[in-house]
Amino acid sequence: MQAGSGAALALENITVTFSARGAGTQTYTAVSDTTLTIAAGEFVSVVGPTGCGKSTLLNIAAGLLEPSAGNVRVLGESLSTINRHAGYMFQADALLPWLSAQDNVELGLKYRGVAPEVRRLRAEEWLARVGLAGHGHRYPHQLSGGMKKRVALAQMLILDPKILLMDEPFSALDIQTRQLMENELLDLWSADRKSVVFITHDLEEAIALSDRVVVLSAGPATRPLGEFAIDLPRPRDVNEIRLTPRFVELHRQIWHAMKDEVLKGYARSQRV
Amino acid sequence: MTDGRKREVRITRGRLALYHALLLGVVFVFWHLMTNPLLVSEEFARNTAFFFGKPLLVLEKTWDWFAGGKIYEHLLVTLIETLLAFGIGTALGLGAGLWLALSPLASALADPYIKAMNAMPRVILAPIFAVWFGLGILSKVALGITLVFFIVFFNVYQGVREVSPVVLNNARMLGAGAGQLLRTVYVPSAMSWVFSSLHTSVGMAFVGAVVGEYLGSARGVGYLILQAEGAFDINTVFAGILVLTAFALALDALVSFAENRLLVWRPGQSETDLL
Repeated sequence: MQAGSGAALALENITVTFSARGAGTQTYTAVSDTTLTIAAGEFVSVVGPTGCGKSTLLNIAAGLLEPSAGNVRVLGESLSTINRHAGYMFQADALLPWLSAQDNVELGLKYRGVAPEVRRLRAEEWLARVGLAGHGHRYPHQLSGGMKKRVALAQMLILDPKILLMDEPFSALDIQTRQLMENELLDLWSADRKSVVFITHDLEEAIALSDRVVVLSAGPATRPLGEFAIDLPRPRDVNEIRLTPRFVELHRQIWHAMKDEVLKGYARSQRV
Repeated sequence: MTDGRKREVRITRGRLALYHALLLGVVFVFWHLMTNPLLVSEEFARNTAFFFGKPLLVLEKTWDWFAGGKIYEHLLVTLIETLLAFGIGTALGLGAGLWLALSPLASALADPYIKAMNAMPRVILAPIFAVWFGLGILSKVALGITLVFFIVFFNVYQGVREVSPVVLNNARMLGAGAGQLLRTVYVPSAMSWVFSSLHTSVGMAFVGAVVGEYLGSARGVGYLILQAEGAFDINTVFAGILVLTAFALALDALVSFAENRLLVWRPGQSETDLL
């Protein structure tokens, strides 16, 4: 709410060190001295090679994980528990399998003590908005991969979070469904511009969706290598935007930087 | 294509049921022939009839029980004991399982005792329960509870331990407090394991009831068998076994029905709901 600060989410000098599995004093530094600021209404993608600690960074932002060092600020305030202003969309299936789609979407409202009639109506509304009107009675196992993601999206958005944290949400989908979901996400996002941190290993997806792309180095001790502003016009269609010269130019530019630095980081990690 | 396949399955199932019935018939005919002096010597028939009873007399006895109405009172007692043992055992197992699974300290403390109590042959407790609770239904219920408790307990413990961390984090991010996490994530997950062990736990409750009755009681199907055995009435013993078997099968069918109702959310539990 502090308009003055401007940043919806700020990760300040975050370091995450895990003690290694098994006995001993060995430690593993997943993320090292990372600073990342997301402005209100900004769509930021974080790309990096698989296993580089992207999810760790997101869990820090969500308050699910406490950093070993550094500070997280949410809307100007220091984060000490679960991030109440954030919605989290997981890579794996996170719907409660014993609840129908309708009940899954209602869940967050139920936790907040919203009256049953009210939450039923709002859940129906959200199911309709993600194109699942009339599918509310189905259980997650009766839904396709894309439908499950839509339910997860509705489950998150019904609480109207200021910040969306998305951890490779569409990586398990086939390419057509994925592009449909990406467009749908952009539509929903453009309605009321929330701040988004979108984690992906797919550079094309990152460019097509974002205002800014942050490239992370390979783990261990991941840190940001560079930032690229994406000046493609909105509204975008993820299928069409991929064919524009500016997109290709940006892709070449980021990929070049990413490849060089990632290879450098890889070589360094091999030497140690 | 799917229609053809389904019909094929149905035909095989029908045939199978027929073969099942035939097999049972063959066993009864063999039993009958071995205990009557038609194909075998009179002495041999007398001996086998003494040890195995005569199928016609067994069926007649069973018929008398149902037609005369004598059996219902005993069946009802056995049913009540089974249901009480099942209900109380499940509730206790659920509570203890949740508590120990969510509290590492309590779990570490209780672990050797739980293991010891589970390893103990609990049927041996029946005489003690008879002393404590008398010869009424309470001692049978207590025995059933000790059998059901551990099945439910271990399943709940496992169920809570195996809650998907992603689902748990999702519920947390949606704003669940500790109590809400318990109610909406841990308990449903544990219950799914309890339901999947329903067959075993209902069966165990039944075993507890019958064994308890058999070791000392005034009513119940186990009591009927005990009485008949005391009088060397082998036909009645077999009739009792027949009734118990049919009763157990009926209970099992009931459990399957409940299972299909309660676990609709599980993949592969209800084909009809699939697209």
